[in-house]
Order: sequence, then C-alpha cells, then structure tokens
Amino acid sequence: MNNITKNYMDIRYMDIMASGDSLLHRLDPRAKLITTLLFIVAVISFDRYTILAFIPFFIYPIVLISAGGLPAGYLLKKILWVSPFAVLVGIFNPVMDREIIYHIGSIGISGGWISFFSILMRFLLTVSAALILIALTGFNAVCQALTRLGVPRPFVVQLLFFYRYIFVLVDEAERMEMARSLRSFNSRSMDFRTFISIIGHLLLRSLDRAERIYLAMRSRGFDGNIRMIKTIKLGWKDLTFVAGWAILFIVFRMNNIPMRLGDIVMEVF
Amino acid sequence: MSHHIVEAIDLYYTYPDGTVGLNGVSFRITHGESVALIGENGAGKSTLLLHMNGYLSATRGGIRIGDYLVSPNILNTVRRSVGMVFQNSDDQLFMPTVFEDVAFGPMNLGLEREELNNKVMQALETVDAAHLKNRPPYRLSHGEKRSVAIATVLAMSPDILVMDEPTSSLDPMSRARLIKLLKTFHHTKIIATHDLDMAMDLCERAIVLHQGRITGDGPIIKLLQDEELLHRSRLEKPLRMQGCPICGSSIN
Repeated sequence: MNNITKNYMDIRYMDIMASGDSLLHRLDPRAKLITTLLFIVAVISFDRYTILAFIPFFIYPIVLISAGGLPAGYLLKKILWVSPFAVLVGIFNPVMDREIIYHIGSIGISGGWISFFSILMRFLLTVSAALILIALTGFNAVCQALTRLGVPRPFVVQLLFFYRYIFVLVDEAERMEMARSLRSFNSRSMDFRTFISIIGHLLLRSLDRAERIYLAMRSRGFDGNIRMIKTIKLGWKDLTFVAGWAILFIVFRMNNIPMRLGDIVMEVF
Repeated sequence: MSHHIVEAIDLYYTYPDGTVGLNGVSFRITHGESVALIGENGAGKSTLLLHMNGYLSATRGGIRIGDYLVSPNILNTVRRSVGMVFQNSDDQLFMPTVFEDVAFGPMNLGLEREELNNKVMQALETVDAAHLKNRPPYRLSHGEKRSVAIATVLAMSPDILVMDEPTSSLDPMSRARLIKLLKTFHHTKIIATHDLDMAMDLCERAIVLHQGRITGDGPIIKLLQDEELLHRSRLEKPLRMQGCPICGSSIN
C-alpha cells in the first residue's frame, strides 16, 4: 500500500469512529459544531505571546477524547501528520523577532521563540478540536449541521459531493499510478510529463463521471435542490453541552489561570 | 396499459465528433416484455439506452415512451416512467447513506416522513438490502452497490426498467441473486448486456445491434442459435450452448 491509500483509509476510519455510541456521539451535531467553533475562536483570539493561558484549554480535547472513547494515539498521529504546516508558519519567528522577553535563570528567551511555541499550541488545540468533532459526529452529520445553521446549500452540497467522490477519485488515481509504476522499472518517481498526462486524464475522467452522476440525479427528479432528511433535534442535553463549555471557555479566556495559580502559590509561601 | 410501451422510430444519432452511434433503428417493445439488447462493444447499445430517458436526443427519427414522443419538454414524465440502472453503480449512488440515496428520488417527487420511509424501506426490502440502510455507499461491495442502485430506481415506481450491464463486475453468487431478483419484476425490461447466459435467463426476446443497425430481432433462443448472425455481429453463442469441455458434446 502506498501513501495515498494509507491516508484515505484513515479518513474512512474517522467515519467508523463516528458511528460509535456514547453520550457525546448522540449529541446534536449542531451543538458539537458550535462548541468547536467557540473553542477555536477562543483559542485563536489570544495575543501572539500567549503560552501559559492555553494550558487550561487542553481540558476540552482531553475530556472529549476520554468520554467519547476515541483513540488518543491515533488522533495525535493525525495531528503530527499535518504539523509541518504549523511549523512552516512559525519557523521564521525566532529569526525575525529577537527581542528578549523572558529570562529563565540567565538564559534570555526571545519573543520569536515564544510566538513560535504559541503558534504550535494553537495549532495543537484547534486541529485536535476539529478532528474530535469529525470523529464524534461524522462528516455527513457535520454537513447537515452546517445546513441547519444556515450555511448556503450549494456550499454544503459541494462538501458532501467532495466527501463522497474523493474516495472514487483517489481509487482512480491509485490505479493509474500503479499502472505507471509497473511499466517504469527503475525510476521511482514520475517525470513531469507523465504527471501532467495523469492529472489530465484524471480531470477528463472526473468530468465524464460528473456528467453521468448529473444524469443519474436528473433521472431521479433532481431540480437543483438537494433535500436532506431532517432527523436532528436540539434537546436540553445539547444546550447544556454548549452552554457549559462556552462558560468555561470564557472563564479561560478572561483569566490567565496558570498565572493566577502561580500568584496564589507565591502568596502562600 | 400503453404507458409501458417503448418504440423507436427510425432512430439516427451521430455524436458531435462525427462518430455514428445509431444508424436507423426501429423496434417496438410492448408492456411486460423483457428484451435483451446485445451487440459488440461500440455497437450502439448504450447510445440507444441514453435515448430512452432523453439524455441524448436523436439526430433523426424519435423514440416513443408510452403515448409520448420523447422531447425536451416532457423529460420529467419520461424520466419518471423509465428507471435506469447504470453500468457503474458508483455513478448512481451519490448521497451520504444508502437510505438517503434511495430517498433522493421520492423526496424530489414530494414524498415526506411516513410515506417516504415506507417507500424507501419497501424498495430496499425488495432488493434484500434493508440492513444496509445506514451504510455509506462507498463501503458496500459491488453486489450490494448494484442492489442499492436498483432500489434507488424502484423507489421511483417506474413502468420500464432500463439496465446497462447489470451483471458486470459481480461475483457468480451475486450475479445469480440478481438474476433471481430481476425475474420477480413485472416491469417492461430492457437489458443491454454481453452476458448472454443472463440474457437467456431473463429475456424472451433479443435485439442484436451491429454498427448502429439492428441485425436481428426476435425470440432470443432462435437468434442465439443463428451462428451466421452471431458471427456477423461479432458475437458468440452463450457458454451453456457451447460444447462441454470434458465430454465434448454440445446440447444442440
């Protein structure tokens, strides 16, 4: 199995997790979506040198992972897999911003390093929250929540179709790549011309497929509106879930709790 | 009931790139008939099928479904009465779950709640796929996908079933199951296929296409025994009519 296959098998695995049955799985997808968004907004609204204030926020992923019975190691691996992006975003900060802000003993720490770690923390928190949302809810239910929250249908339908056909497309790309590698004996990577040709074929095939799918839809009375079955219901459990976390996030946002704790400890001694 | 009739009247179709698809095709299929559409690759089978639900419109001549000549302004009526099962089920199953996929058509027809639920479950039970209802289509096997694709069409209560290679990429057991299932349907059936054994099981009549023309139309048993016709149309006798590889004897 090569890399593409492994990674998209993983997406399917997320869906299998989402079919689990815990209190959290049963919550209305809208509740989970809103809470996740609140969490993300709270985390990214801190200023660039924040590090300590993020610590209490880890309660959220930890609680959800343990209560939802999600495999923490697996999620962590997924996060690491995309982490190079975050590292790239922040990697130049230590070079650009050399002003010393903190001292630990005699070692001075520049603002650049602090903001770099701040970016990593934000990344860890937000990506884990998003992954947890999908793992607890399932992609389709998240899309359903989006429609119910008023996101324009065309966008949601795009997402649904993307999710439905990405597997088919990857399968197709996979077969072409296999066919290519079986006939190019010594060269492991493909040259540019072959790559262009494969991409071109994929595009043409996708267009053909799109046409057939459209025909299938028209044959079944499609008139431009995708109707979805409305099965989700917002109950008090969902509202409590949102309100509880929202209050906690606000408290975490307004107070730098680790700092406070530090102060209290200092006063006692 | 005249709305189960399919009639092609001197049908010509040329693709935009100049390839001739159909070159004067005429036939009449009446209520409840099962007709196999056979012919080599590129003979025009799929092109013909695409005319039946108005996806392609004839360069000359026309096709009549029931009382209507297929034309752009009655496409919705035509597409309701002609249910089409595609060769590749992946093209037909596009919704997140099997249930939603089967419900897609009926919902577009305005069905709701109880009625919708009944319709969908009935269609799924007919093809023995009720247990798949919450599964995403991409995780089904080929056989399951084909069954669900047929359910999506049945849920529209069509009068005529049009199928393009229904047994392709199915394992022997799934194929046998499908044939058994299709035997129970009383719709007018038009099946384009290379699987001549299946065609013999399901259809009394066959239409042989070759290079966009009809080279044979009649009882399937008779046509499939006509070696000269089969050879001319680049076909071959169904396996069960060929000699036994062990004892060397042939059944006819």
